[in-house]
Amino acid sequence: MAAGSGGGPWETVIGLETHVQLRTLSKMFCSCSTAFGAPPNTNVCPVCLGLPGALPVPNELALKLAVRAALALSCTVHPRSLFARKNYFYPDLPKGYQISQFEQPLSTNGALSYLSPDRGVVTATIVRLHVEEDAGKSLHDRYPKQTAIDLNRCGVPLIEIVTGPDFRSPHEARAYLQTLKQVLEYSGVSDCDMEKGSLRVDANLSVRRGGQATLGTKTEVKNINSFAYVEKALTVERDRQVAALEGGAMITQETMLYDSKTNSVRPQRSKEESHDYRYFPDPDLPPLVLSEEFIAEQQTLLPELPAKKRERFVAQYALSVTDAAVITAERAVADYYEGVVHAGADSKTAANWVMTEVLEDAKDHGDALRVPPGALANLIGLVRGGTLSHQAAKRVFGEVAERGGEPRNVAEALGLIQVADTGVVTGWVSEVLAANPTEVTRYKSGEVKLLQFFVGQVMKVSRGKADPKLVQRVLEEKLVA
Amino acid sequence: MSDPSEALASAKAAADRISKTKRLNACLTALKDLRKSLVAQAQAAHPSGVLYGMPVAVKDNICTLEFTTTCGSKILGGYRSPYDSTATAKLKAAGALIAGKTNCDEFGMGSSTEHSAYGRSIHPFDKTRVPGGSSGGSAALVAAGAVPAALGSETGGSVRQPASLCGVVGIKPTYGRVSRYGLVAFGSSLDQIGVLGRSVHDASRVLSVISGRDPRDATCEDRDPLRLPTVPESLQGFVIGIPKEYFPTDLDPAVRRACDRAIRLFRELGAAVREVSLPHTQYAVATYYIVAPAEASSNLARYDGARYGPRFNGSEDVRALYRTTRGEGFGGEVRRRVLIGTYVLSSGYYDAYYRKAQQMRALIAQDFRNAFDRGVDLLFTPTTPTPAFKAGEKLDDPVAMYLSDIFTVTANLAGLPAISLPIGRIKGLPIGGQFIGQAFLEDEMLEAAYALERVVPATEEA
Repeated sequence: MAAGSGGGPWETVIGLETHVQLRTLSKMFCSCSTAFGAPPNTNVCPVCLGLPGALPVPNELALKLAVRAALALSCTVHPRSLFARKNYFYPDLPKGYQISQFEQPLSTNGALSYLSPDRGVVTATIVRLHVEEDAGKSLHDRYPKQTAIDLNRCGVPLIEIVTGPDFRSPHEARAYLQTLKQVLEYSGVSDCDMEKGSLRVDANLSVRRGGQATLGTKTEVKNINSFAYVEKALTVERDRQVAALEGGAMITQETMLYDSKTNSVRPQRSKEESHDYRYFPDPDLPPLVLSEEFIAEQQTLLPELPAKKRERFVAQYALSVTDAAVITAERAVADYYEGVVHAGADSKTAANWVMTEVLEDAKDHGDALRVPPGALANLIGLVRGGTLSHQAAKRVFGEVAERGGEPRNVAEALGLIQVADTGVVTGWVSEVLAANPTEVTRYKSGEVKLLQFFVGQVMKVSRGKADPKLVQRVLEEKLVA
Repeated sequence: MSDPSEALASAKAAADRISKTKRLNACLTALKDLRKSLVAQAQAAHPSGVLYGMPVAVKDNICTLEFTTTCGSKILGGYRSPYDSTATAKLKAAGALIAGKTNCDEFGMGSSTEHSAYGRSIHPFDKTRVPGGSSGGSAALVAAGAVPAALGSETGGSVRQPASLCGVVGIKPTYGRVSRYGLVAFGSSLDQIGVLGRSVHDASRVLSVISGRDPRDATCEDRDPLRLPTVPESLQGFVIGIPKEYFPTDLDPAVRRACDRAIRLFRELGAAVREVSLPHTQYAVATYYIVAPAEASSNLARYDGARYGPRFNGSEDVRALYRTTRGEGFGGEVRRRVLIGTYVLSSGYYDAYYRKAQQMRALIAQDFRNAFDRGVDLLFTPTTPTPAFKAGEKLDDPVAMYLSDIFTVTANLAGLPAISLPIGRIKGLPIGGQFIGQAFLEDEMLEAAYALERVVPATEEA
């Protein structure tokens, strides 16, 4: 019976392979810079150029970061792992092989929980996480009819994170990736910048009728350049497979390339694949032996991860789960928030400020958190103490963000300090009551909601400086009299 | 020697002597360039170095800033390395002069120096014979008296075998004793730079200089440079093991006589001599010819014409570029080994060949440990089954050629140090005997070699 006939609705099965660039200054096996955007073929040396006689030496920081990533994803880190050569010919692969890991990888058997849009909190299995080096870049459109090669990326340290076939929809795959990115950024392992190629995703996708135990024939989808495209590319491929099966066709196991311009997939030419990589242990690199102390040290260097932090924020700062999720989405923001609270601000007020003014300002200024946490706490204190109105505080925030300075000084300079002197306020109140006799009469005959009108008028007369609470009190006294 | 004028004189004399060996085709460097460079090097050399002014020829698969590094291959024709190997950098730092690049079998693949793209080298005693290989050019230059020492490299005996055939000393250190940085890889887990010298002393002092830790080679041990032993008065207290598998019944009787004579001398020097067994020896050549080609097939993948080296006709697309560059750039023996290596690593064959060979390699290494654990300090064997053979004799029979390394490949598979030194002549041709030592105990091995060298009638018929 063909896979497409009969049965329930289609179920999508997706597994992801994610390549993540480790945050090191130098390459995996030599001391060349990993800086992005350097002129072509300038960050190179005999080792990463694969010149005759050159040899690789592992970058210790890269290994530390890889172990931290593995621990952050709850993987078992193996005390002994092997580097292996993955052999294939390509002009941007100067040695004719990529140094990777195959049998006996660095770590296996991890897990990552994420919030599925369909199924609530789900745990994806991490089958393996291993270390490898990147290849160079072939530029096919730089010169007519010629291919240019840039070897700057060659040897840049990567980890490859392979999941089980655990995702049931394209948007689930995306949700997992967002959580993965968050965890890796938190751990300080990678900047996960897809635009700079420091996070790349390949996906395996198959479909089957709901309830079937065996997996359908899968295809590999490559060339996905952003999180938004992950969902689009996988949706296109899922729909293609379903249409093919419903039309009575079979799925061929092959690699599909996604084209974001046309939002379509096309099979990679078969000549470009069908590799036998002839993996074998790299004789230039001794087995990677990691002591218990080394692994334990990496564990201690791991920060609190997003899920833990979220739970703690809910418990410790009495935040809603949603607010805690927003604030802990990025480690820098979460740290900032705690800085504001530790500087004395009320936790809920601080959360409101962070989620509004702070994040909006950051969004417009390259994610910079421009107002120091201490200054924000002081600002919140000024509002709480009645020295500044909330509106005035927003202005002060903007001013401190642009030009710096202490909120109180800035508020004074802008003339925004609230006047809490009863005499002065009584003067303003009298002025307003005298100017609006009709409204006074209406109020006295029972239209008490006019109080807000009088408050507004007093604020206007005081040019925003009057303490609204005091204004209200004085107004009530005068109007009763 | 620490007088600059003496260094200059030494450089010029070396250039003269090397010029006179032109007929051997042992030195690949153009003589005019060689002389000019030697003079310049002598002027720049540090007089305080322990090898000040000593000319040392270097096998052409070791990268040097001076001269080209072609590995005896057309595919690296004209290639100049932009960096110095660690070994040659250390030589220069010690005041030695790089006395040209020596001919070799292409990428070290061969036992006769006939598999060089630049023509075969000639045995210094008999122009119809080969000097051995793959470090045949280095051995021939030392044997002809052109240089006191030369660097070679070993994957399966490529220093000791030509040393035996040319009547000079050849040392292969423990794997990890000398940095491989800048040694063009053939079989990375087997490769070591070695030294050929007129005497144990000449070879040892060069080895001492090039040995020691190197942060550029992850397989190089974190150890101090080798310290030279003093020449011992006797071999009192030494236990020398004679592995019976290295003395098969069909061994050339003259080779056996030469070895027996050496063994008698050990006893006279006070050593205890004991027969031992290394039962997996018979699988060594087969194991070697899986492991070495497998690694070679990967190591040689980088020679594709895309980035350096010559390109050949028919390079219109990238597949054609690979095909023609590698098809025409590599010689037949290299192509043979790349094919074998690719085959044994292929999915479906990996377990049957490569994995099994690794298991056998571990057993061969265990054989040695067992012998040493039973109180044997050193092993003594013939270096080669025969003296120098005729040019062309084994060219069409690769297996016969491979078997000329039958007594040497085991030390590479086990990573152990070994030395070959002349122990006699057979019909006028030199023959070597070999000590195999324990890992990183080169000093003991060199003591025994010093003692034997002093008493053995190396130039007399066995």
